[in-house]
Amino acid sequence: MLTRLRALMTKELLNILRDPKSRTVLIVPPIIQIFIFSFAMTMEAKNIHLGVLNLDAGRAGFELVQRFREAKTFTRILPLQGQAEIAPVLDEQQALAVLVVPVDFSRRLAAGSPTQVQLLLDGRKTNTAQIVGGYAQRILEGFLAEQAPGAASRMPAVLETRHWFNPNLEFMWYTVPSLICILSTVISLILTALSVAREREMGTFEQLLVSPLQPFEILLGKALPALFLALCSASLLLAIAIFVFRIPFQGSLTLLYGAMVVFLLAIVGIGLFISSLCMTQQQAILGAFVFMPPAVILSGFATPIENMPAWLQTVTGVNPLRWFLIIVRGVFLKDMPPGDVMTNILPMVVIALVTLTAAGWLFKRRMG
Amino acid sequence: MTADAHHSRRGRARRLKALIVKESLQVVRDPSSILIAFVLPLILLFLFGYGVSLDAREVRLGVVLEDTGPEARRLAGAFRATPFFDARTALNRRDLEADLISGRIRGMLVIPQDFAQTLNAPGVTATIQLIADGSETNTASYVANYASGTLTTWMIQEGLMADRAATPPVVLTPRFFYNAELDSRNSLVPGSLAIIMAIIGTLLTALVVAREWERGTMEALLATPLSALEIVIGKLVPYFVLGMASMAVCTAVAFFLYGIPYRGSLAALTVVSAAFLLTALGQGFLISTVTRNQFIASQAALVSAFLPAFILSGFVFEIASMPWIIRMVAQVIPARYFVTNLQTLFLTGDVWSLLRPNILILLVLAGVLLALTLKKTPSRLE
Amino acid sequence: MLTIESITKYFAGAPQPALDAITAEIRPGHITGLVGPDGAGKTTLLRLMAGLLIPSEGRLTYDGLDTAGDTQPLHAVMGYMPQRFGLYEDLSVIENLRLYADLRRITGTQRQRTFERLLAFTGLAPFQKRLARQLSGGMKQKLGLACALIKKPRLLLLDEPSVGVDPISRRELWRMVGEMLDGETTIVWSTAYLDEAEQCERVLLLSEGRLLYSGPPQRLTRRVDGRVYQLLGIPAAQRRRLLTEILERPEIRDGVVQGKALRFVMDADAKPPDPAAFGNGPETRIVPVPPRFEDAFIDLLGGGPGGDSLLARRTFERPASERPIVEARGLTKRFGAFTAVSDNSFAIRRGEIFGLLGPNGAGKSTTFKMMCGLLKPTAGEGFVAGLHLARAAAKARARLGYMAQKFSLYGDLTVQQNLLFFSGAYGLQGRAQQEAVAAMVDVFDLKSFLGTSAGTLPLGFKQRLALACAVVHQPDVLFLDEPTSGVDPITRREFWNHINGLVEKGVTILVTTHFMDEAEYCDRIGLIYRGRKIAEGSPDRLKAAARTPEQPDPTLEDAFIALIEQSDAREAAAA
Repeated sequence: MLTRLRALMTKELLNILRDPKSRTVLIVPPIIQIFIFSFAMTMEAKNIHLGVLNLDAGRAGFELVQRFREAKTFTRILPLQGQAEIAPVLDEQQALAVLVVPVDFSRRLAAGSPTQVQLLLDGRKTNTAQIVGGYAQRILEGFLAEQAPGAASRMPAVLETRHWFNPNLEFMWYTVPSLICILSTVISLILTALSVAREREMGTFEQLLVSPLQPFEILLGKALPALFLALCSASLLLAIAIFVFRIPFQGSLTLLYGAMVVFLLAIVGIGLFISSLCMTQQQAILGAFVFMPPAVILSGFATPIENMPAWLQTVTGVNPLRWFLIIVRGVFLKDMPPGDVMTNILPMVVIALVTLTAAGWLFKRRMG
Repeated sequence: MTADAHHSRRGRARRLKALIVKESLQVVRDPSSILIAFVLPLILLFLFGYGVSLDAREVRLGVVLEDTGPEARRLAGAFRATPFFDARTALNRRDLEADLISGRIRGMLVIPQDFAQTLNAPGVTATIQLIADGSETNTASYVANYASGTLTTWMIQEGLMADRAATPPVVLTPRFFYNAELDSRNSLVPGSLAIIMAIIGTLLTALVVAREWERGTMEALLATPLSALEIVIGKLVPYFVLGMASMAVCTAVAFFLYGIPYRGSLAALTVVSAAFLLTALGQGFLISTVTRNQFIASQAALVSAFLPAFILSGFVFEIASMPWIIRMVAQVIPARYFVTNLQTLFLTGDVWSLLRPNILILLVLAGVLLALTLKKTPSRLE
Repeated sequence: MLTIESITKYFAGAPQPALDAITAEIRPGHITGLVGPDGAGKTTLLRLMAGLLIPSEGRLTYDGLDTAGDTQPLHAVMGYMPQRFGLYEDLSVIENLRLYADLRRITGTQRQRTFERLLAFTGLAPFQKRLARQLSGGMKQKLGLACALIKKPRLLLLDEPSVGVDPISRRELWRMVGEMLDGETTIVWSTAYLDEAEQCERVLLLSEGRLLYSGPPQRLTRRVDGRVYQLLGIPAAQRRRLLTEILERPEIRDGVVQGKALRFVMDADAKPPDPAAFGNGPETRIVPVPPRFEDAFIDLLGGGPGGDSLLARRTFERPASERPIVEARGLTKRFGAFTAVSDNSFAIRRGEIFGLLGPNGAGKSTTFKMMCGLLKPTAGEGFVAGLHLARAAAKARARLGYMAQKFSLYGDLTVQQNLLFFSGAYGLQGRAQQEAVAAMVDVFDLKSFLGTSAGTLPLGFKQRLALACAVVHQPDVLFLDEPTSGVDPITRREFWNHINGLVEKGVTILVTTHFMDEAEYCDRIGLIYRGRKIAEGSPDRLKAAARTPEQPDPTLEDAFIALIEQSDAREAAAA
């Protein structure tokens, strides 16, 4: 049986690696994508264009605007001449926000009577708009502190915030480990989702079926090489994260690899399940797309799982990517202890068992 | 016009019609095309609608009461009461540190032993420590902002701020245009329509040309009077119609089921969608034509149809905030123009001065993709 | 008039030209046959004629149109049927016809008339609404031809239209094309069936890119006049051994089995052997017979491959046994309401060649797939080497070798990697595996292709590799599903040498074929029609059953057709 398995695995590896196009698809896109996406996935607001309508002729108004001008967030300030210009500037997205300083700003400020400045934001970009709103608030506070020293001092209590695991809140520390998970999911799917359907269309599957190979041997013969290649690819991404992006790796490599094997097995199981369910490659690619975007969305990769409705949070439990993301982020930055890692591995073990068994059952049924 | 030219033009029309009918019949016969066009987008729209949300609620927070006096308990109570946090208290910092590492809480508020003492002592400021989980970078900022807000509110309620003006001299009043309640779903659902159509459009066409090569039908077509242009157009039209129908269904679901406002005109939506669909179909055709192999084409589609559109379109991550080189890359991602156009049509209206350049760029991108496809569509076997 | 002026065609990466300075003229009003071994350049030449490839040197013109430049006007008057004809499988018969009618601008009443004529012609009228996918191989080819004929072409190029088609459908295809002839139409028909070539007015014979002969087939046939004989009156059991013996004689150019007799071609000026030398008494005789085109074809290409089979020599001898080693008992397969195979039973003894013959779609492949465990029978059972196919599937499969109808090896793997994989899949390892693979390389002459991807091999070598992969583990039973489909006559002889040799060593063969001359090699034939076995017996018995006063000496092909017609008649009478 070992002989047969070895023959199967060699065949599978050669079949994937001999074709230069297929080799390229495995190696080049993940590398390009980790570089591009790591820089792209940021929740900060930078290079923002700000419209300013300063109706105040006094000094205070000018100084407030000057503060916005100096802020790093805003790379371009569009001076506006009148109320009528606000809507078009926002409509056409020439500016993300417009700051309106009222006519009597300086006078009221000097008189100590309360006044307000308005910040009009583009609600189409909900997230960025909110972040910019926060920045603006801070700029205003700085301005006030300077205008009236002492006024803002001596609060009864202040909050001293520290960020553990990522003291400067570097976005890359967060995105790069996550991208390792996402990109290795894509690779595992590429390796498995089409493999059986393709052999079916080529007629080689029949050739396998008339040999003394058992269904589970064929399944293993497909799963192990895919697992091996996906592990290689994930290791490459891991190395890029540690040595090129210099993301501090705090935890245990052994734990991470243990979790990775289980995770990749779960994805390989899903891929093979799709593959053995489908008769043609067209159907298999559809199957892969029925799985991949939902898996990414429901993983907490782009937006936190905590934000989802409770019932959907429950649904995410069947998504291996969700558990693996927790482990990777945890082991990378937090030195997550073995107990916590195991808690997150366990669901993946169950998923892997279910998907691999289901794929095996389908194999067997299709052979009968 | 010579009779001959007239003749050949009619011949071309007939040939095109024949190809379109053939391709349409194949679409109708193949359940997977229908699934791609109508079932997959609905599944995705459903998941995007509920699964992608930037509105944080009830972030789990641990409060360590090193001071167990009434003030500290009242402060902890304030954190438990606010809708921003789901807070629980502990007496020991050690108890919560493990939870922070395992991700069961996203932040830890430490009310120090001398809290009551320093709070009530004149001229002294009490310091409360907030430890946020920086590994969830975004959530960490959220925790810091809302904890600070909660603390201020509590101090006002406690009357601790009595000696100061109840309100600061200048307030910033933010007003969110187009989306007054700041419901992130209003902008995310139109954006997700763009991502979904990017997947669907590419997927519909990624295998169709490769299939003709693998089955040998391409050789037979090449031996007929068909030109490469006719072959490309004949394939484009049916999938274009299918894609537009799929878009229509998705828009209807967004409008009626999710209740996303729609402020633009239908005509504008049609033009905007058509321009985008041409790029998505063009991407699929190009993959299919270049690879001539269903297996490689599928792999290329898996790599290129979803993640680039998802991450580089400005759907969740703001393009302006990316480094310039990535902004350059994003320039050629068709989905970004579609995201902007759809968000504008849904939430703002027909802002032609914004839509027009975006449509134009989409048409140029589509033109390039289809021209490359045409160039790679041979009129013979070599 | 199609003029070929010193055409040479190189392909990137290939040191030898695919076609080397070919000059010929193809006249209108005739069918010109294009024949030659695999890799001779037949398909390349047809594609050049169709303007799908551009010649590296030389010119090809049709009525003044340069096929390299004037493709549009050329395609307007040309009909072309590629080798694997690209029918749209998910379109129905009539939809395929409509597509090509529109592409060729056939409109109005002419369109209706054309459809009616072609549908009647092909016998597809009752199946207009059926999807092409659900047609049998023969019907697909007829539909493909109909699509190429939709606008009566002035130049008709057909690339092996009769590959994989049963004898009845082949005759119909030939008739369809024959009716196109009107003195102006130029038809080029590429074929591996030399009996078809014999019926062409002229043939072009290509070999390794060179034109070896151009002219009427009869003129070529004359070169073997007086050199062709039959050896009669030998015991059936000795045919295979005697054939090997004869073929090993240096003065014999070629030889085949014809039922109970052997047919052979002598060297020029050589005398036929003495019948007494075969040691079977006075019954044994040698008589001269009229030559066929095939005899001359093989002769021109340097004679057949001899009679020795290295493969057989390397196969161990299995003890004789009278117990059936392959047995089907009441095999039945239904797909929904459609019964593909109905109550099929047969038993094959050790060392026997059993042929399954029948028209396309009769249920041969379905029977085959049930016998190797690929399909579960709806009813009935199959046994291989005494093992029940359903209960001891893996054990039974270890004893059999299977060669599928369609090339089904890993095209992206090299020849060597394929051999290593299949030997490994059957559990060979270490030295045994190395030796088995080396033996296959030796036997099938694959040495120079070891590093070549299997998908890019010439057809003949693909089939050799497929056979090598099927026998690398020395199976007791070999299932061959149209093993020689589309293969040239010389490679086919090689195949049959191996098969004969293996059988002599006690290997049991179940084979399907559409070549009636190959069916002559079978010990027994089961004729399948519409899912049922309508006749069984030795080739000579089947011929005897079809003997009529009008046809006193039917060929196996005649017998095949007659038996099917008889079955149709019985059915009509019963209804």
